[in-house]
Amino acid sequence: MATHSKRPKLAVWKFASCDGCQLSLLDCEDELLAVSEAVEIAYFAEASRAMQKGPYDISLVEGSITTPHDAERIHQIRRSSRVLITIGACATAGGIQALRNFKNVKEFTRTVYAHPEYIDTLKTSTPISHHVKVDFELRGCPINKAQLLEVIEALLHGRKPNTPAHSVCMECKLAGTVCVMVAHGTPCLGPVTHAGCDALCPRYNRGCFGCYGPKESPNTHALAAEWQRLGAQLRTIRHAFRNFNAWAEEFRKESEKHEP
Amino acid sequence: METVPKAPVVIAEKALHTLVCELQSAGYRVIGPTLRDQAIIYDEIDSVADLPQGWTDEQQPGSYRVAKRPDMALFGYTVGPHSWKKFLHPPRLRLWQASRTGNEVSFSHDETPSQKYAFLGVRSCELHAIAIQDQVFLQAGHEDVGYRQRRDDSFIIALNCSEAGGTCFCASMKTGPQATNSFDLALTELLSEDRHEFLVEIGSQAGADLMHGIASREASAGDLETAEKLLAQTAANMGRHLDTQGLKERLQENPEHRRWDEVAARCLSCSNCTLVCPTCFCTSVEDTADLAGDTAERWRRWDSCFNGEFSYIHGGSVRSSTKSRYRQWLTHKLAHWVDQFGSSGCVGCGRCISWCPTGIDITEEAAAIGSAASPPEDAS
Repeated sequence: MATHSKRPKLAVWKFASCDGCQLSLLDCEDELLAVSEAVEIAYFAEASRAMQKGPYDISLVEGSITTPHDAERIHQIRRSSRVLITIGACATAGGIQALRNFKNVKEFTRTVYAHPEYIDTLKTSTPISHHVKVDFELRGCPINKAQLLEVIEALLHGRKPNTPAHSVCMECKLAGTVCVMVAHGTPCLGPVTHAGCDALCPRYNRGCFGCYGPKESPNTHALAAEWQRLGAQLRTIRHAFRNFNAWAEEFRKESEKHEP
Repeated sequence: METVPKAPVVIAEKALHTLVCELQSAGYRVIGPTLRDQAIIYDEIDSVADLPQGWTDEQQPGSYRVAKRPDMALFGYTVGPHSWKKFLHPPRLRLWQASRTGNEVSFSHDETPSQKYAFLGVRSCELHAIAIQDQVFLQAGHEDVGYRQRRDDSFIIALNCSEAGGTCFCASMKTGPQATNSFDLALTELLSEDRHEFLVEIGSQAGADLMHGIASREASAGDLETAEKLLAQTAANMGRHLDTQGLKERLQENPEHRRWDEVAARCLSCSNCTLVCPTCFCTSVEDTADLAGDTAERWRRWDSCFNGEFSYIHGGSVRSSTKSRYRQWLTHKLAHWVDQFGSSGCVGCGRCISWCPTGIDITEEAAAIGSAASPPEDAS
């Protein structure tokens, strides 16, 4: 077991996000002591005022890049991090705030703010990987804390994390969950969505919302055609793909096919 | 196969309840069909009351619906999303654990729990599927010890299908609808306005022993004739058909047929077909450890040839396109399986058709690709 002095230094960084993903780390209540035994939590503003200077062995990055200041800051973090892991849909795909990418952001700031001239924002919300090299992307909105622990543990022991890129359908079938699409006619994004949530929504008889973004080689076109057959309107299909992972390439392209 | 020690008998509907109780007293967990989340699945049942009495299912490519029957049949439906492999070849299985104390590392195998299963309502196609998985897991020299134990400990009550589903094609695959082998008991539900009984065939000594405690009468020629008629009617009403004559050769000769591209355009590579298939047996192995690195576990879980990572070797996935994955699955199932195991890997249960979210029909695809009339895209 690693001695305390040799523990890898871990930092947690926030960009444009809701904090839900970094909260997943604090939410590891039963395992938090083991985490702090295994790594030195050196920078985690949401958890502690004690903030150590870099360099850091592991940086967990939450959130997307939406301001010129953040576009600079992520480079500093990259420079001070040996391994950089993005956590969640904002950091890996731009998040729900990437909906701005489909519109003119100035119209939003004019509508929302009394003094839009104070707002210094980029036209787009983009994932971290568009700005710096990312060593590992953990999917989800929010991430699954068990997967976060798996990634940290795998990293500490030098093995590949078990975060398979297959469909949510795999998780339904492993659990014996009845397919909501085939048995109930409920439109579901599971067949094109990356696993990781243990098929939470289908287990409660809901269609998958696609929180974990596209799976590897997703056939969004064929799924959208099936949704139409089940009676979904173009607008519904567009909105389904234009969600937390709207700017993930495969979901973005599919949503654009269903523009009015 | 053991010789049938006893002539068929007839039991009343109520006796089925006694039969389940007897199995439970003998230490079996009785697994049978039961209604959950609008589907008829396989799970542990406490009594006959847990069976989906009076329910049926309506199946078409990409569609499954349960519906009320006009009668009170106990087995008036076909196969659902689950298969018995869920119990014999579990979706997730811990293979071993390791722990470290100082510089000592010790390994321990999980003791296979002495869990005896009695499967109630195993269709003929499913008996064939179990026999196929037996071949895979019980090959001499490569025997899966846990599977062997689960299999040896299982008691099988087969069921002769009294109706065929919209995606059934066991008659084409010569795997049904009549249960002809490897069962302890086989039931045929005899239901009309004035009777609700079961014809019981006895297929093993264990089956004969169990029947000692059950009130029964000898089956009459009329009972046997009724059962035969039911089976003939089922065989004549298959929702699907697959011409297997020369199919293996035709599939193997057409790797570049244009139909592979057409089916790939509809295929989600979601893996549903392989996971509902009662013969698909592929797995992956995952290692996990605790954060301190003091304990580790190795798990086996179902995997699928439709997943990119499944065929990953150094440098990338061997089958990166959906086309190559579908072709792998279909040709393995219907053609290479014959070379590998001496039979088709398909038992005609129709699950892959019903549970495909886009309704891809293996019988249609095989017919299109394997039809002598369909020329390959590139005739050169």
